[in-house]
Amino acid sequence: MSSGASSARGRSWYPRWYWPSFAAPATLFLLLFFVYPFYVVLCVAFGGVTEILREPAPAWNPASWNPGILGFTLSNITHTDGLYHTAFLRTFAYVGLATLACLLIGYPFAYFLARHAGRWRGLFVALFFAPFWISYMLRMLAWISLLQDDGLVNTTLQRVGILQTPYPWLAGKPITLIIGLTYGYVPYMVLPLFATLDRIHPSLLEAGRDLGASPGRTFWRVTFPESRQGILAGLVICALPMFGDYFTQQLLANTKGTRMIGNAVVDSLTIPIFVPRGAALILVLLVLLIGPIIYYLWSTQRAAAQVGVAA
Amino acid sequence: MSALVASRRRTLRDRLGNPWARPRFLWVIAIVYVVWILVPVVDAVVFSFNEGRSITQWQSFSMRWYTGDPDASVLHDAALQHAVLQTLKLSLLTALVAVPLGVLFAIGLHRWRGATAKTANFVMLFSFVTPELILAVALFLLFVHAFEVIGLGTGAELIGLVVLSLAYPVVIVRARLLSLGPSYEEAANDLGASPLETLRRVTLPMLAPSVFASAAIVFALALDDFVIVNQLSRDASTQTVSIAIYGAARTAPTPAINAIGTLMLATSTVVIGAAVIAYRRLERARGPAAAPVP
Repeated sequence: MSSGASSARGRSWYPRWYWPSFAAPATLFLLLFFVYPFYVVLCVAFGGVTEILREPAPAWNPASWNPGILGFTLSNITHTDGLYHTAFLRTFAYVGLATLACLLIGYPFAYFLARHAGRWRGLFVALFFAPFWISYMLRMLAWISLLQDDGLVNTTLQRVGILQTPYPWLAGKPITLIIGLTYGYVPYMVLPLFATLDRIHPSLLEAGRDLGASPGRTFWRVTFPESRQGILAGLVICALPMFGDYFTQQLLANTKGTRMIGNAVVDSLTIPIFVPRGAALILVLLVLLIGPIIYYLWSTQRAAAQVGVAA
Repeated sequence: MSALVASRRRTLRDRLGNPWARPRFLWVIAIVYVVWILVPVVDAVVFSFNEGRSITQWQSFSMRWYTGDPDASVLHDAALQHAVLQTLKLSLLTALVAVPLGVLFAIGLHRWRGATAKTANFVMLFSFVTPELILAVALFLLFVHAFEVIGLGTGAELIGLVVLSLAYPVVIVRARLLSLGPSYEEAANDLGASPLETLRRVTLPMLAPSVFASAAIVFALALDDFVIVNQLSRDASTQTVSIAIYGAARTAPTPAINAIGTLMLATSTVVIGAAVIAYRRLERARGPAAAPVP
């Protein structure tokens, strides 16, 4: 590769410390404020609580780590009558359904943007990006007003005749939470799908057409397999933040029956004696999500390498 | 005009008879999608101008919640104003810290090879995909139990937002460096420029559009962030607009909350718009050599 050759030449121009010195400040910053915090999480989760004040006492020395709290937390996740058991199951169900909904809505839209928007593409892309710079909280606040008994959603559904009486959307309904999660995260699904679909070379589709495939067949035999990478990336990038979502639940379905892992974590941080449990829950969540995270990093690196070769 | 309509009709007829035409159901899905995504925004903005206290029952147009109301309007509610100032301050500082750090990191990593560079890059990308709640809780524990010197509050919020947004300038600037290729820097070197001169007079000017773009993205990201600042703010004095909206939405929201959200929306639209214009201008000034990132 040409970049390899140029870096070999580069070494003769620049002192060896030259390029690393540029990266050093951000690297140090990340070590202090991104890597080290995870060590603190470990120390708090494997620590205990002080005798009298009942405050968390982090165990700074790994030799004195005590797995008691982590064990307690884990057994409360795995046992059917545990404190966090239903919250975990619920989170997986909600995130699974909402991610699936994101894919079912996001794929056709991304496909449209990449292939069929024509001269309206600029407008649709601009409208698509709008939610990225419009406050999530403001949009959720608007949903609260739209979903009231006398809000726009109920009045419209009644006028069309789908509903006879207003549906109590905001009375702690899982369906509202799932719709809310879908609404909040669907743009993150469209982004990688659009990037992948837009990169499929038209000649592949023309080949399908020339070989006599119908549009539907071309889609299933060419476009869909070619976009598999984007689908997986979209599923991961959509689901990851949903696992840590607690505010959508608080705003749209604030009842005990819809609490998610995120709620358990955030609530435990407000009571000193439960802080180590919150740290343990974060560890469990991180271990569960590390697979998808690594997969995502690996696949984007590979995609970047492919683009680099093409360019 | 009528010729236009006639030609439209003709293309429509062609398309109906052509299986390769734009599938109309995709148009329907796209329009429904955009309406679904944007209706809440329009609703929130409209009700910020409501005369009454309600955010569901429209009465009449008024500026009551912006300026008129003597206690609860944005102009007269000191707490809301403080939240706006805190948010703007944090967003500006985040951009000022994260963009230089990220740009330098991208320039360094573009040429720095080896295991350390790879690890640094991996950690950077990892920070990019770590769920925000995990990041927020880890930082919360850090500032409460390890770095008590900093503690919770503006400093912690700023650091958290920088961690959250640091990868954006890195990814954007690295893509730009990749598309520029090594030839410009090689030419500068062949013409006798020192490494620092090359950086200052060749590389950085060519990176300018992507630096502007990432600054705008970081600013907008920090402006709207909730999870990090909610976990790292100390009390009412360090709360941001998103925390204020969240708090109000859970209790009794008045249109003043919509008004403040509308003002933030206007701010980020202006920032993003200015960045897009600046990006285009710089692109054009650089000519075809500085083609957009693929």
